[in-house]
Amino acid sequence: MSETAAPISAPEAGVGWSARVARVASAMRQTTLPVLGVLAALLLIWTLACIPMNAAQSVLDASRAGETVSPEAASERRGMSGLALALRNPGPATAHAYSQDRPRLPAPHQVAGALWQSTATVSPTSAQSLIHHGWVTLSATLLGFAIGAGLGIALAVGIVHFRVMEMSVMPWAIVSQTVPIIAIAPMIVVVLYAIGIEGILPKAVIAAYLSFFPVVVGMSKGFRSPDAMQLDLLRTYGASRPQTFWKLRLPASAPYLFASLKIAVAAALIGTIVAELPSGAQAGFGARLLAGSYYGQTVQIWAALFAAAILAAGLVGLIGGLERRALARMGMRP
Amino acid sequence: MTLVALALVLWAAGWALNVRLASGPQSRSVALAVPLLFGVTLLVMWELIVRGLDVPMVFLPAPTQIALRFAASLPTLWEDFVQTVLKGALSGYVIGCLAAFAVALLADRVDVLRRGLLPVGNFAAALPVVGVAPILVMWFGFDWQSKAAVVVVMVFFPMLVNTVAGLRAAETMQRDLMRTFGASYWQGLVKLRLPAAMPFIFNGLKISTTLALIGAIVAEFFGSPIRGIGFRISTSVGQLSLDMVWAEIAVAALAGSAFYGLVVAIEKRVTFWHPSNRG
Repeated sequence: MSETAAPISAPEAGVGWSARVARVASAMRQTTLPVLGVLAALLLIWTLACIPMNAAQSVLDASRAGETVSPEAASERRGMSGLALALRNPGPATAHAYSQDRPRLPAPHQVAGALWQSTATVSPTSAQSLIHHGWVTLSATLLGFAIGAGLGIALAVGIVHFRVMEMSVMPWAIVSQTVPIIAIAPMIVVVLYAIGIEGILPKAVIAAYLSFFPVVVGMSKGFRSPDAMQLDLLRTYGASRPQTFWKLRLPASAPYLFASLKIAVAAALIGTIVAELPSGAQAGFGARLLAGSYYGQTVQIWAALFAAAILAAGLVGLIGGLERRALARMGMRP
Repeated sequence: MTLVALALVLWAAGWALNVRLASGPQSRSVALAVPLLFGVTLLVMWELIVRGLDVPMVFLPAPTQIALRFAASLPTLWEDFVQTVLKGALSGYVIGCLAAFAVALLADRVDVLRRGLLPVGNFAAALPVVGVAPILVMWFGFDWQSKAAVVVVMVFFPMLVNTVAGLRAAETMQRDLMRTFGASYWQGLVKLRLPAAMPFIFNGLKISTTLALIGAIVAEFFGSPIRGIGFRISTSVGQLSLDMVWAEIAVAALAGSAFYGLVVAIEKRVTFWHPSNRG
């Protein structure tokens, strides 16, 4: 995005401002404002969409409250689309759209309220608390991520050093990316349960499996990123293979490491959430989503969804922050 | 025990052969033979160890049992394939990619929109989007329409981000040349910028193939009619008939690879000019 930023040195850029303020103001104009605009537009669409989406229930509520609605008979209304109902009863549809118990589409403030209520007002250990569910999901995600990324890096080291490993494993690692691996999640959970392993480990296995292949593919590229000149230079120094690895290949792979870790942690979170679906898990975002869909608790589903999104953003952002700091210290531009 | 020992011997032999092949002269056939040999050795080992140790079927069926089950339930597998892959994944994939393409064209035209959408799209691509599945199943019913809707949501942002990046791939010099020719926006788009964007667009299409299948399968865990890959997997797991689960996984894997391979084949024909496809 920075290449589109207006140069700070342009005529009259930041007149009366210090350079730093001018830079911030320019960044605001270039990205922050458009992003905020897009988000505001999405929020507006969401809020407006609540009216037709919830129209059937709103009009029903209104007619029960004694207001006149058209058409009068409930049987006539049943066949109508939400949009048509909302257009014929604009008043009741709008008035009742934002306060239903189980709306088809909860309004933004309802979701925000549920998020706030289930994080701040209940004790973090109760089954109502999203912090509790978040921790269950997060711990399995992190364990699986650590296992998957560790094994992935180890395999990438082998692939770079042994030609036969590369030739036998790499094609399968690439093919495995085209396969919906998630399909095996229910089976792993049940099989591990059958041999007495339950709790965090089955979920972590699936998370590890999903985060494994992106790391293998990314890191074997990263360990190969030094060019022939650099490798030749180390050879003229008489460097051994371990020395070449520690002093050249490993530092050179840092950008690839962080890029693949970001993909891997997002994949690990998805793996954990999906693993919580079929296992009859009592806790975790996946269990929360499933319970919400069984009992029609739409607000609960949306709150869990946003909590999962916030967690994913936090994890990816954390690795992004580490990336910027590490690459800056290594003298590379992130 | 002999079977297990045989498995280990076979493994060692296969690996030794691969080492010899890999250190020998390189050719296309060697590059194909080594991974194939590796895969076959793994399968044979799996078979021998499962039979040698008498692993119960509810834990891990042998490859031959899976193959037998696959052959015996072809009609069921085909029905599930049609339901999940052709109806759910493919229709959602087409709708989602076309919608993302249209929005990308719009975002390319309106610069403010591009600068706003791109960070949002990059952010959304990292989110656990499969979580919308229960909501969409509630809205669109149990049949394939809700699966297609999940797929649309899943493929939209990766496709959008890649297409927007691709539409900016043409160089300034090339664009200036088009302008000196007096080309209109649409001429410049069709003759220069879309062709230049093709590698990016196909990258998005390739990422989306896997996402489409994942979305269609996971959405079935939240409710589906009595057919579909995800439905069959979750019910067969409940009945502990793991051979059926593995047969469905084989179908999903074959469908995923074939789908991806198809997109790659089209890409090779469309972007024949790209350096990665020459020579």
